[in-house]
Amino acid sequence: MEVTININGEPVTREIEPALLLVHFIRDTPGLTGTHWGCDTSNCGACVVQMDGLPVKSCTVLAAMAEGHEIRTIEALSIDGVLDPVQQGFHEEHGLQCGFCTPGMIMTARALLDANPDPTEDEIRTAISGAICRCTGYSNIVRAVRWAAEHEAAQPRRS
Amino acid sequence: MATTTAASPETPIGYGRMKRKEDARFIRGQGKYLDDIVLPGMLHGAVLRSPYAHAKIVSIETSAALAHPKVLRVITAKDLETLGLAWMPTISYDSQAVLAGDKVRFQGQEVAFVIAEDRYSARDALELIEVEYEPLPAVVNARKALEADAPLIRDDKDGQTDNLASPLWEAGDAEEADQVFAEADIVVEREMIYPRCHPAPLETCGMIADMNPETGQLDLYNGNQAPNAHRTVYAQVAGLPEHMIRIMTNDIGGGFGNKVPVYPGYVCAIVGSIVTGKPVKWVEDRSENLMSTGFARDYVMHGRICAKHGRITGVRVDVIADHGAFDSTAQPSKFPAGFFHIFTGSYDLEAAHCSVKAVYTNKAPGGVAYRCSFRVTEAIYLVERLVGELALKMEVDGAELRMNSFIRPEQFPYENKTGWTYDSGDYEKTMREAMRIAGYDELRREQAEKRERGELMGIGVAFFTEVVGAGPRRHMDILGLGMADGADLRVHDDGRAVLSISAQTQGQAHETTFAQIVAEELGISPDKIEVRHGDTDRTPFGLGTYGSRSTPVSGASAAVAARRARDKARLIAAGMLETSPEDLAWEKGRWYVKGDPEKAATIDEIAAAAYGEAPLPEGLEGGLEGQSVYDPPNLTYPCGAYICVVDVDPGTAEVEVRRFIAVDDCGVRINPMIVDGQIMGGLAEGVGIALMEVITFDEQGNCLNGSMMDYLIPTALECPDWELGATVTPCPHHPIGAKGVGESATNGSPPAIVNAVCDALYRSHGVAHIDMPLNPARVWAAMQGRAEPPQ
Amino acid sequence: MIAGGHSLLPMMKLRLANPELVVDINDLEHLAYIREQDSEIRIGALTRHYQLLESEPLARHFPIFADAERVIADPVVRNRGTIGGSLAQADAAEDLSAVCSALKASVVIAGGGGERVVSMEDFHVGPYTTAIDDAELLVEIRIPVRPGAGSAHAKVERRAGDWAIVAVAGGLWLDGETIADAGLALSAVGLTTVHATRAEELLRGKRPSEELFAEAGAIASEDCSPSPDGRGPVDYKRHLAGELTKRALRRAAERARAGTTPGGHTWR
Repeated sequence: MEVTININGEPVTREIEPALLLVHFIRDTPGLTGTHWGCDTSNCGACVVQMDGLPVKSCTVLAAMAEGHEIRTIEALSIDGVLDPVQQGFHEEHGLQCGFCTPGMIMTARALLDANPDPTEDEIRTAISGAICRCTGYSNIVRAVRWAAEHEAAQPRRS
Repeated sequence: MATTTAASPETPIGYGRMKRKEDARFIRGQGKYLDDIVLPGMLHGAVLRSPYAHAKIVSIETSAALAHPKVLRVITAKDLETLGLAWMPTISYDSQAVLAGDKVRFQGQEVAFVIAEDRYSARDALELIEVEYEPLPAVVNARKALEADAPLIRDDKDGQTDNLASPLWEAGDAEEADQVFAEADIVVEREMIYPRCHPAPLETCGMIADMNPETGQLDLYNGNQAPNAHRTVYAQVAGLPEHMIRIMTNDIGGGFGNKVPVYPGYVCAIVGSIVTGKPVKWVEDRSENLMSTGFARDYVMHGRICAKHGRITGVRVDVIADHGAFDSTAQPSKFPAGFFHIFTGSYDLEAAHCSVKAVYTNKAPGGVAYRCSFRVTEAIYLVERLVGELALKMEVDGAELRMNSFIRPEQFPYENKTGWTYDSGDYEKTMREAMRIAGYDELRREQAEKRERGELMGIGVAFFTEVVGAGPRRHMDILGLGMADGADLRVHDDGRAVLSISAQTQGQAHETTFAQIVAEELGISPDKIEVRHGDTDRTPFGLGTYGSRSTPVSGASAAVAARRARDKARLIAAGMLETSPEDLAWEKGRWYVKGDPEKAATIDEIAAAAYGEAPLPEGLEGGLEGQSVYDPPNLTYPCGAYICVVDVDPGTAEVEVRRFIAVDDCGVRINPMIVDGQIMGGLAEGVGIALMEVITFDEQGNCLNGSMMDYLIPTALECPDWELGATVTPCPHHPIGAKGVGESATNGSPPAIVNAVCDALYRSHGVAHIDMPLNPARVWAAMQGRAEPPQ
Repeated sequence: MIAGGHSLLPMMKLRLANPELVVDINDLEHLAYIREQDSEIRIGALTRHYQLLESEPLARHFPIFADAERVIADPVVRNRGTIGGSLAQADAAEDLSAVCSALKASVVIAGGGGERVVSMEDFHVGPYTTAIDDAELLVEIRIPVRPGAGSAHAKVERRAGDWAIVAVAGGLWLDGETIADAGLALSAVGLTTVHATRAEELLRGKRPSEELFAEAGAIASEDCSPSPDGRGPVDYKRHLAGELTKRALRRAAERARAGTTPGGHTWR
């Protein structure tokens, strides 16, 4: 079957097997390998992308189900080479080590801040609780998201 | 983006808390992990695995799979036999089937390998292979494996008549221990199991093999922790010239020891590329990772501890090590139990003794992975759990009992009762720092008040001494390879430098910290130092990253290489300044004339001169380079004091880790931010091991935790905000005084957590021990007086 | 039939399900709503978990939904998963089925021949089996709004986002200091959601008290039939059934006494 999915503002059309998962569509066709795969059972969150603005686990969405929807991946987060405050926060607060969970974490955190610009530590921990990080022990991820919140408050986010 | 900050007083090594250089690609989604790599014409492999834990293979029928329009080849043990590759050696001098031929010995064992045009087709075709099995009785319990009527698992091994994987091995002095225990005031005896768990890095294992049939060059893309050692193994197994194999790791999505071994899937990918003449990619799924690759622990321990006059005087333990179906324990020492005989802990004992025997069971092979320096984790858990129970039964404070029994600072270097030479430490200082951060006395007061109200609060203490940085040639090797690590440093004429190393980051930030080491030694900004790793064609030989050995061995190598470059820079500077080398003194970044500090040559100027047209001093060749192959004179012995505060719900038995205080002494800290990051990650994994992570089997040998739905890993909600502290006792033999740290937290945290839960439940419920994981059901059973080991 | 897909797709990936045809109903956006109508809260089957968690009318009438939703899977999964999918999966460990049972909800099933309304009691026919026929679709959940309501959900799980070891959904409708009606349903302690009718009978007409709730817990604990598994042995699950029944009822009574709860739970 043929599907067209808008990924990062560009329509991507491809003939696919109906069983193809969105995560593989994103990685294979436009070659956006920043979105990762980690578990098969929607437990790990490495594959989180935004679908119409909401974070979803792209390993648990069929590519065919994303037809006509807008997908946003980590690759679209920095604009004109300027990092999103969440990306910058992960760097400033040492919120990553091996980097494998990072894109999913960042996309989840971005959606959190869009809905709740000044989250508490508990709200951040809840928001990222569907994503597993094996390296950081989470504290620095929480700090990274707080860093982003504080720096967005100081400097209103560009649209 | 600013990548450096000024050196702060807390951090003497190369710009201290500088931000990581490698972040730039990861935060943009530009990391390059194995599955991100696509080669032209690449095929995809998938492994068919055994549904049985123990069964004869009667027949394998592959014709239906081969008829699949997108399938090119199906490889079985028969095909491998003709190539002499049906079996491969393990790191522990055992053998392991690449693909099972005669029988399968664990659930998930590799049986066939399908090569197809795409990933989905390869997996679809697995279901078209028909294997007829004749099930055999399975044994998954280490003790039962030793019983006379247990099914024989390794009938492939000549002369093997039982399930012993290695003969009884002992360390320490049994007679001395008999005497010390006989004279003790109190003896505590405890059977405990450190259950099987799994490193489960977020990126699973995989490989792309690309054999060029014309040239015979074999390119391997494979995220492993020891690329140089792997290359040697492939050369030996496949009979290929080592220099014609190139391994490129690129970025690795976590390792934790899971990416040390050579797995059958890797060999299958290589064979697949050889037989098809095309690149073959194989990436395992999560279930394959959990069910077939290197697990951790699985130690059944019978421990005893004794005390006299309020001091710990002796520890002894008898161990049955469960190695699974093949002994592929990834450990390099000449001791069958790795470094387990560091179980003497941080205490100045009068006697110690251990005996260890290893068994085969119908479970996946592996062992020692998961942030562990070769069984140190089991050893520390044993001794700290014994000390915890001893304190409960002596009705003394656990921190006090430990401080009464510590090796004292003036006793270092300290020879323990099993033959290790501890390098340095000031244990009481470290312990007191943790108690200060915790507000220990206040916590004990709070606990007393809560007890009055029937609330269950526990305070757990653990103090560990690790032994990391393997290791001196005389004690250890991997398949005959000495455990040295190389470092090649070249300072270019523009003052920039490239350091090539054999250590392999999986997130530890070598690109940053190794640049900092060179920066410290040469005074070049870390921004101007590129660290190369992960490509056997571009890096020196060395044994890689595991067992917390990067900083102790490879880091030392980098420092020595930089010092050699600095020594040569001195000779060049002497020529430039028209004086003798002896008249020059060094300060970070320049050689200057003693007594005339204005007269100097900076490292930039010296580098330019090294490659320039002006003549160099007589006998001196051009270039500014340093090389080292570092064979460590001893291991390093980092230590730490951990305090855990838990609340146990009296009605549901749920355990909440409310606070966790970790004070680590890993010697000099190169980049304290990165050191803290390593510790926090290890603490989260420790919470996982203590409370939820476990691999169990039913009686038929079916793995019950084969997906992340049942192999539970802590999320941000189970982890407290870690409270860290540090003491710094430099390592006396390391060039910059550093010790390893990557695995400390997974060592210290499980016993601290279990001690805390027992501290909460001992007085009210008489619970002195619960085997991990301390999930609600197991804690509740213990509260009913029915604690049982996990199965 | 696929909506959120968080049950079906993992099963397909683990090759436990291999459907020949999958129908994506996510475009039926008119089935995503929560509204008050005819003394009922009506929830469209395609309403996502996060919408249930954030709903103001639900928080006001039935805070039990927010209790349950906070511990169903994780926030990202809750952005996709739907109430219709949860109920139609008929997994005994699932939380919303117990919530709907305790609230005496009914469901609307639509087919070629029109719509029919089925009580939760009759909806779950057996494990993973419902009253929905092949050519039918679950379209709506209806919960009667009655005065004096208080509700709460209590769950013990091995880790955030895991399925329940045991979970209990409790609803109380107070008339002054008398329990006019009670609803009690348990997750993960039987082949289907366990509707604790005997305990409900005990509660009706009595004054709320710790002793009464303990007694209801003891009955619920007897009336369920848990199986041993990786989450725990039978005796622990029975113990939890009792303990959590007590906790859910205690909380429900507090809420009923306090009247309606203002506001929704904002961030998921």
